[in-house]
Amino acid sequence: MPVTAFDFEKPLTELEQKLQELEKQEPRDEAAVEAVRAELEQKQQEIYSNLTPWQKVLMARHSDRPHALDYVQALMTDFMELSGDRAFADDKAIACGFATFRGMPVAVCAQQKGKDTKENLVRNWGMSNPEGYRKAMRVMRLAEKFKLPVVVFIDTPGAFPGIGAEERGQAEAIARNIRDMFTLTVPVICIVIGEGASGGALGVGVGDVILALENSWYCVISPEGCAAILWKDRAQAERAAEQLKLTPKDLIELGVIDEIVPEPIGGAHRNPGETYRNVASALEAHLKRLSRFSEEQLLEMRYQKFRAMGRFVDTDAEPAVAETESAEETAAQESNVKEAAGVEVASEG
Amino acid sequence: MAWFKKEKYTKLNPPKMRDRIPEGLMRKCDKCLEPVVSKDFEENLKVCMKCGHHHKLSARERIALITDEGSFTEMFTNIQTTDPLNFVDSKDYPTRIKGAKKSGYDEAVVCGTAKIHGRPVALAVMAFDFVGGSMGSVVGERITRTIEHGAAEGLPVIVVSSSGGARMQEGILSLMQMAKTSGALARLAAKNLPYISVLCDPSTAGVMASYASLGDVIVAEPDAQIGFAGPRVIEQTIRQSLPEGFQRSDFVREHGFLDRVVERKNLKNELGLLLFYMTRQKFDEPHEEPAGVAAASAR
Repeated sequence: MPVTAFDFEKPLTELEQKLQELEKQEPRDEAAVEAVRAELEQKQQEIYSNLTPWQKVLMARHSDRPHALDYVQALMTDFMELSGDRAFADDKAIACGFATFRGMPVAVCAQQKGKDTKENLVRNWGMSNPEGYRKAMRVMRLAEKFKLPVVVFIDTPGAFPGIGAEERGQAEAIARNIRDMFTLTVPVICIVIGEGASGGALGVGVGDVILALENSWYCVISPEGCAAILWKDRAQAERAAEQLKLTPKDLIELGVIDEIVPEPIGGAHRNPGETYRNVASALEAHLKRLSRFSEEQLLEMRYQKFRAMGRFVDTDAEPAVAETESAEETAAQESNVKEAAGVEVASEG
Repeated sequence: MAWFKKEKYTKLNPPKMRDRIPEGLMRKCDKCLEPVVSKDFEENLKVCMKCGHHHKLSARERIALITDEGSFTEMFTNIQTTDPLNFVDSKDYPTRIKGAKKSGYDEAVVCGTAKIHGRPVALAVMAFDFVGGSMGSVVGERITRTIEHGAAEGLPVIVVSSSGGARMQEGILSLMQMAKTSGALARLAAKNLPYISVLCDPSTAGVMASYASLGDVIVAEPDAQIGFAGPRVIEQTIRQSLPEGFQRSDFVREHGFLDRVVERKNLKNELGLLLFYMTRQKFDEPHEEPAGVAAASAR
């Protein structure tokens, strides 16, 4: 099935066509085929390893990209969806329930976009109303009760901005989820698989581990929203994307996410199978690691993880000496703090 | 009909109202546009005498309004802004911050300890004058430290919000301040210490979707804008105009997300009474009724 190509992928499409034509030719010119194939590979490397922030935003929104429930179907078995927030309604923009992953039961919260307009009308383009956040918390509390780890798939252009959403307390629903996720006594892993837009994402985004797929974004505002406010022009979104530092690489540098899950060349939608395998192995590794911690350790680590986020100058702090030295010092101090807090740092693998 | 030739009588050309009043003696209400005497207006806590509109107060005016005189001690001024994203819009972020400091504030929140009718509290008051009260790393860190200070010292925590939300110029780090502050509130709640959220115009977006919504008790000034999404965003999404009073204090209370709408002149007494109710004490323990109780019940 042909996938929709972006403008920046045009050179690749041309080479792919050329390759196809050469392969069909009788007799086949092996040398020419090889040459074009090599050129294609090189060009792919060049383009996909140098995606601009805006191109990553486009990739994250690609309609053929696997959506949350695709991961649930591919990675897990016996998904049993649970509906409703027990107060108002069932929000289809987020699917929650129990599932089996690698033979073990887990709880799942999946922000779900539709693959076409018809499905999007049901899923509200992945934009949750307050009842969606409340349903997610209800299921996370069940997970806590039955000692199941929670896996959250984040993919939303934002919490829904509507009259009903405001009337039913969109802000309160998100705020409460953020606070209460700090109190869950089971492991919580969040993975940004596409768009992580603002409070809409963070409302299910407080976890022990935050992962992001290579071509995803996570930010305080969408590039369009930022452009509309700062430059009064949504067309400046590309410029805003550059400024906002929203790519997974930036997020690692800013200390917001823990790990980037690699995507196949050309993006998740060009080889979903490989994407699923990468996500599955990352989830498995982290679930195994997190299962070693006590409830108290999980809560302490989760608090300290978010406690450390933010950049500021502390004018009371002693000026750093040499960079390498201070880095070592910080590491030593950190391990002291962790020891003092009774947190054991488990080794990987 | 030359009798009615008006020209003769109107030639005096009286000076306009504006010109007759010395500068600063009068001012207009921002809402009803009626002129009010500046001195009375100030004495009335910047609430319009004609329509009751609550004009914005600065953070220091709010501190003076709700705390006992001379009881406020500012903390965490050592936490200062940096430029984590090297952000440039119409000007670069450090220049914007430098300009914002002309407001008399070094960031969008003033934190510390104070007493309200004799009861000690940890207090954070947002400064709308500083980049629209927007929340970046410094606001998040100072508020978190205020909450942690309250938790460590066994103090009730009060946050007075007045903010358009998270600060775009610090990107994802601003978003994460919502998590950081809310996490600190979870720990405060685990200690059964009171947290009161006071909402002033405006309290929206990222601030409302975190600590401002999490009060054990939430009170707001009349007619404050309170909500998640901006009205323009909602209008563009649903393609219809919003009803009168949408996202205003009364609307939010009627929908169940706000405990009380409190006039500015009563705010300190209401807080005093709340603290009286929320601070655990044994029935037979000798205690002093706070001034706030008598004053609030006298109304």
